[in-house]
Amino acid sequence: MAIIERPSSEVAIASGSTVGVKPSEALGVFKRPAASTSWRDWIVTVDHKKLGIMYGVAAFFFFIVGGLEAVLIRMQLIAPNGKVLNADQYNQMFTMHATTMVFLFVMPMAAAFANYFVPLQIGARDVAFPRINAFGFWCFLFGGIFLNTAWFLGGAADGGWFMYAPNSSTLFSPSHGIDFWSMGLQITGIASLTGAINLIVTILNMRAPGMKMMRMPIFTWMVLVVQFLLLFAIPVITVALFLLTFQRSFDATFFDVASGADPLLWQHLFWIFGHPEVYILILPSFGIVSEILPVFSKKPLFGYPIVAMSGAAIGFVGWGVWAHHMFASGLGPVSVTVFSMATMAIAVPTGVKIVNWVMTMWGGKLQFTVPMLFSIALVVQFTIGGLSGVTHAVAPSDTQQTDTYYIVAHFHYVLFGGAIFGLFAGFYYWWPKMFRKQLSESLGRWNFWLMVVGMNMTFGPMHMLGLQGQPRRMSVWTEARAGEGFFNLGFWNRISSIGSLVLSLGVLLFIINVVYTHKSKKVAIAPLDPWDGRTLEWMTDSPPKEHNFDTIPTINNLDEFFHRKYAQDATTHEITQVATAEEVLAEMNAHPDEHIHMPSRSYWPILLALAFPIIGYGVIYNRVILAVGVAMVVATMFGWAMEPSTGADDDFDPPAPGDGGGHTKELAPLG
Amino acid sequence: MADTAIAHGHDSGHGAHVTSTGLSNNKLAMWMFLGSECLLFGGLISTYMLYKGRVNSGPQPDQIFDIPFTSVSSFVLLMSSLTMVLAVSAAQRKDDRNTNLWLTITALLGATFVGGQVYEFTAFYREGLGFTTSLFGSSFYTLTGFHGVHVSVGIIMLLAMVGMISRNRIPGDKAESVEMVGLYWHFVDVVWIVIFTLVYLIPS
Repeated sequence: MAIIERPSSEVAIASGSTVGVKPSEALGVFKRPAASTSWRDWIVTVDHKKLGIMYGVAAFFFFIVGGLEAVLIRMQLIAPNGKVLNADQYNQMFTMHATTMVFLFVMPMAAAFANYFVPLQIGARDVAFPRINAFGFWCFLFGGIFLNTAWFLGGAADGGWFMYAPNSSTLFSPSHGIDFWSMGLQITGIASLTGAINLIVTILNMRAPGMKMMRMPIFTWMVLVVQFLLLFAIPVITVALFLLTFQRSFDATFFDVASGADPLLWQHLFWIFGHPEVYILILPSFGIVSEILPVFSKKPLFGYPIVAMSGAAIGFVGWGVWAHHMFASGLGPVSVTVFSMATMAIAVPTGVKIVNWVMTMWGGKLQFTVPMLFSIALVVQFTIGGLSGVTHAVAPSDTQQTDTYYIVAHFHYVLFGGAIFGLFAGFYYWWPKMFRKQLSESLGRWNFWLMVVGMNMTFGPMHMLGLQGQPRRMSVWTEARAGEGFFNLGFWNRISSIGSLVLSLGVLLFIINVVYTHKSKKVAIAPLDPWDGRTLEWMTDSPPKEHNFDTIPTINNLDEFFHRKYAQDATTHEITQVATAEEVLAEMNAHPDEHIHMPSRSYWPILLALAFPIIGYGVIYNRVILAVGVAMVVATMFGWAMEPSTGADDDFDPPAPGDGGGHTKELAPLG
Repeated sequence: MADTAIAHGHDSGHGAHVTSTGLSNNKLAMWMFLGSECLLFGGLISTYMLYKGRVNSGPQPDQIFDIPFTSVSSFVLLMSSLTMVLAVSAAQRKDDRNTNLWLTITALLGATFVGGQVYEFTAFYREGLGFTTSLFGSSFYTLTGFHGVHVSVGIIMLLAMVGMISRNRIPGDKAESVEMVGLYWHFVDVVWIVIFTLVYLIPS
């Protein structure tokens, strides 16, 4: 089972470091977990592929939760004087809908793809810090659960996802919802920060020989940009959340106007994080479609260096546009002008990407598979959302639109029509790689069209509603004030609400597709290279072995896998296939690496992550619980620090009966 | 090939790993973390700068700051950077005895600084500046408190290092582990220089 070779004693002495280190045994706490095939293996795993799948499953669960919240919001607004929710529940619903979708679905789902595919795309066997990777996942999961326990403990956060003062104060939000919110996001922030450091180091340091930066797949490039954004954005929201917690739990007055504080401080801190966050959400999807469009256009990506660098440019300029969220707050003409200009400027690298994608498809032999459909829809819908975004850059127009449904329409076009469509494209594209089976194309088409129709039906009318002046976050509308004819608010609200049901049906079809694909006996095993892929993740088994590659490939080209399959005739310039994927793989595996040596499973990541929600409950309810949580952090950190990342043979649990695996020394079944 | 295979496998420092940049994974990660910390202190310092003049009740900043006292404790903290350098250099010579000696001295100097901060906070509190007295008080205690916690975490790291070195319990490259604690320690010192200048020296 486990393809692990323990270091021989000679190796240990040669490296001079593991001598005399028998940590957990000597600590007398517990031995290291052995490899196994049971569910326990998922608790202690440090394998980036398993963690990627776990990120994906957990994030999809939160996607359903956030989606149901959205449907409740739309059902409240389907008719005048809605009775589905009362005003307080409505506030909680839109706050948690946004928080869930942003922090618990799109970000971790992007992390799922990054975890699974970045090491494969750069030709690495794992990430740089596998245990920290596991720790990040558990922080995300426990933080998300912690955040949602507020529903059962007096009500969830109700101040809107950007939680402006004074709505965030205990006076206006007396329940513990916002306390759960601020500490829950703090915990998921730990996940983002550790994940960012881990992936940056992985991408910069662990590329296969010959994999220069400018030979990396665009998805990896975009993940790198996103991790830098996270690295610098997360600490800013950390400060803001600490100040909020100190205000709510320890009586400080950081955002209390009556005490002379400046509520704009929160807005600045939040949006210095919040605007890079927008690019954190969209860039992974840009990366995914930049992989998919060339594959199904049978052409290389048009202007690869420009696409990579425009992503980096978005990353830089993204830091200089935060105050366009605050045009209505009275910043003064100079600030407004500067941020207005910067915001228009950031449309340029984004537009460059759109042009590159279109040029990639131009003249190509297009194959309209489901991942391709989702990618094309992203290009179209993101362009619509991007254009309404540019109208926000114009400050006078933005002042008119602030806090109306026009804003809601805009960001759902870029985030649902853009980010989420990109993630769905990724599901369909990479499913055969991860699970050996291809999702049904015919169900996938239904899934796609229902989502496109639903998404445009739901969010398209919101442009009208917003320009007519319907404020966002209002819990009821009345017939008396709905207006006449084409501009009747009621009509468009109804269309939008029905659209949300169509959209839900589309998502349901995706779930049905997954179940069908894995339950039905009619679905055959997918071929090794079902899409005629171009990048390194297709140059290994599906699903990849625990150590990813039997031989670490040497990279000579951008789109290495394509160049191993196809050759160009020197005189006629015709491209002909010279090898199949199976042949490429067989050739690579002919001389497998010896001494493949993977990191060992560990209990510490989940234990350390478990301590943070305990601290959170402690801050809210009881200082004794707080002390227990802090003690747990200190203890587990020491346990972790003294455990080498690769354990010695005698430092393992005995295998449980029937586990199949074990700690027995086992040479890799190579080839 | 075996070497790169190992390099691609795990996360403890083996020093001689072949990496694409040539910098070890651990060190690169520490630099990234410190980059992130810059923004954390950036946010806290901005908050303080915004609120330092906002005193509705309680003492003003220049009424309570004891510049000579804080200068001495700042000097102590800066000297600890020197002893940290000596510890790293001893670790690179594989001289465990001196490594431990200098690490201990660094920790003691750091503890002196934290002790000074505790004394200072107590004195300020007696003079009427509580955490919630004014916005100045809240932001002052938050900023210097966060820094104090960072120094304290550093002290724990130093002492843990001493304990682990003397029992030969460090997984991976010992010199690099010491260097990593050193990077963190120097960073915390540099942040203090900024805080000391902005909070104490520049009059409000």
